Amino acid sequence: MKKIISTFLILLVFSSCDEKTDCCVNFEPVKVTFKFTQNWDGIPVTSSDFNNFKFTTQNGETVSIEKLRYVLSTFSVGSVIKNYHLINIGENTGSELTFEEIPQGSNFLQFTFGFTDANNIDGVYQDLNSVSFNVPGMLGGGYHYMQFDGKYKDTNNADANFNYHAIRAVNRTDPANLIFQDTSFEVDMGTFDLKNDTTIEIKMNIAEWFKNPNSWNLNELNTVLMPNFEAQKMMSDNGKSVFSVGVVTP
Amino acid sequence: MFKKYLFLLCFFLLMRCASKEEEIYTPISYTLEVPQLFADKLIAPVIPANNPLTEEGIALGKKLFFDKILSGDETQSCASCHNPQNAFAENQQFSNGIDDKLGFRNAMPLFNLAWNFDELFNWDGKEFSLEKQAFEPVSNPIEMHANWKDVERRLQNHPEYPTLFLQAFGNLEIDSVAVTKALAQFERTIISGNSKFDQYLRGETTLTPQEQNGFNIFMDEAKGDCFHCHGSNNNPLWTDNQFHNNGLDSSFSDVGLGAVTGDPADHGKFKSPSIRNLAFTAPYMHDGRFTTLEEVINHYSEGLQPSSTIDPLMKKVNEGGVQLSDEEKADLKAFLLSLSDFDFINNSALQE
Repeated sequence: MKKIISTFLILLVFSSCDEKTDCCVNFEPVKVTFKFTQNWDGIPVTSSDFNNFKFTTQNGETVSIEKLRYVLSTFSVGSVIKNYHLINIGENTGSELTFEEIPQGSNFLQFTFGFTDANNIDGVYQDLNSVSFNVPGMLGGGYHYMQFDGKYKDTNNADANFNYHAIRAVNRTDPANLIFQDTSFEVDMGTFDLKNDTTIEIKMNIAEWFKNPNSWNLNELNTVLMPNFEAQKMMSDNGKSVFSVGVVTP
Repeated sequence: MFKKYLFLLCFFLLMRCASKEEEIYTPISYTLEVPQLFADKLIAPVIPANNPLTEEGIALGKKLFFDKILSGDETQSCASCHNPQNAFAENQQFSNGIDDKLGFRNAMPLFNLAWNFDELFNWDGKEFSLEKQAFEPVSNPIEMHANWKDVERRLQNHPEYPTLFLQAFGNLEIDSVAVTKALAQFERTIISGNSKFDQYLRGETTLTPQEQNGFNIFMDEAKGDCFHCHGSNNNPLWTDNQFHNNGLDSSFSDVGLGAVTGDPADHGKFKSPSIRNLAFTAPYMHDGRFTTLEEVINHYSEGLQPSSTIDPLMKKVNEGGVQLSDEEKADLKAFLLSLSDFDFINNSALQE
């Protein structure tokens, strides 16, 4: 009787070990770090490149960047989501975003530039309030998607200011009846087979904001763009070709 | 017999240690009274781990803030240039130091300093952290012009301070680090969050039509566009605590942040002050050049001076500014004055 019981127990132990081996190897999570970089048609742009007239738009205006910060929301790696992430190039903050526990295997990468209407809730994000990223109530409230400020050389070759501020588009023709259009947009970065800790570069080509499909004329569209319904839609259209995947390691 | 004496000796030594332990004073932890709007809208205030708020530390800091003992000839205190009645600013363009030497910048108002998240203080951001900031005016030759060693000695020989420092920090020996820590603790309790506009945001009062229109001008990118630098209903600090060239000059006798960073791109940049309590903090700007709010508003409306470092947020520079009408200017002023916090300037806890 003892032998039978011993044999049964040994079999039970070994069979449970087998099961454990099968079930758990595939669930070892990996760490994924996103590294946000900026470039101007392939030339890297960092804060050290700010305050210099060293970039030229497709329309021919020479540009100096003085401030550039933008928010990406619903940042998804597979089923793991981070609500939002602010990247500030001038202050070198937010240049990396890390997901600690991503299941190994095939994961789809996706994020939203700015906030969808559902998430663009006025005043609720304390860290964004604290850095004055808000949109006035008269424009519907919520938050900027991007603040991109600088100078360009105007037609007289004099310095002129621009504030390329992307927000949810609002038509204020009738201030009592604002018409909104959600100008945030989803960016699909494709599927990644994640087997180890991985770093993925997300590139922003700043030049694209002035290029495609709308060739942007800074002499016409420079400041007071937040209440400009058409300008906001153009920004949104141009933004769709701004982001791409760069280096993936390992 | 020897064992008995040894036992007694050990017993007395232990008793002595125990009584010494009992003598160590533990300061009482203090929780900052954060206005509800701040708690709702902003991230937590900056309170360094190596200088937590305590009742004893704050009380000591307050006593030091109002005490002339910190100045070279014991004729000036911090409060001499940072008067509670003026929202801890001074109603003169420049301050006179103990040697009757004039400074070259207007004394900044002091409030809500714990929410300066980047911790860069002074008009030019020269000082990082409140603790470090407090070192400078004491020894500055055109301000309090004291030698820190002399100050430490005076405090050490004072009838009250040694006990107060011992209770606040456990320091038997008073040093400048403990002095600045105490000052910083008190300064973090200088909070302004109960102006008429705060009450309006809390639903406790209404704005006049003029104040409401002024707020709209402030928030309208096509009008005042003040909110990008000076906060909003969602940022009740009413400052971004950042550095901007707001078009005061075409060339700079004082380069501000540029002197700190060494970067020519920062020339003419100064910290955005909070627009709270403007009723009490005249004159205005880093050099106190404007004596009235009307002058300030006129500057942004038609007085902008172009320069290579002028902030891109300064609209219509070639036209001199945003070109507000007289009525719009009056309305904007009415809104600005609604941010006056009378409870704050009359708060006895912040007075001598």
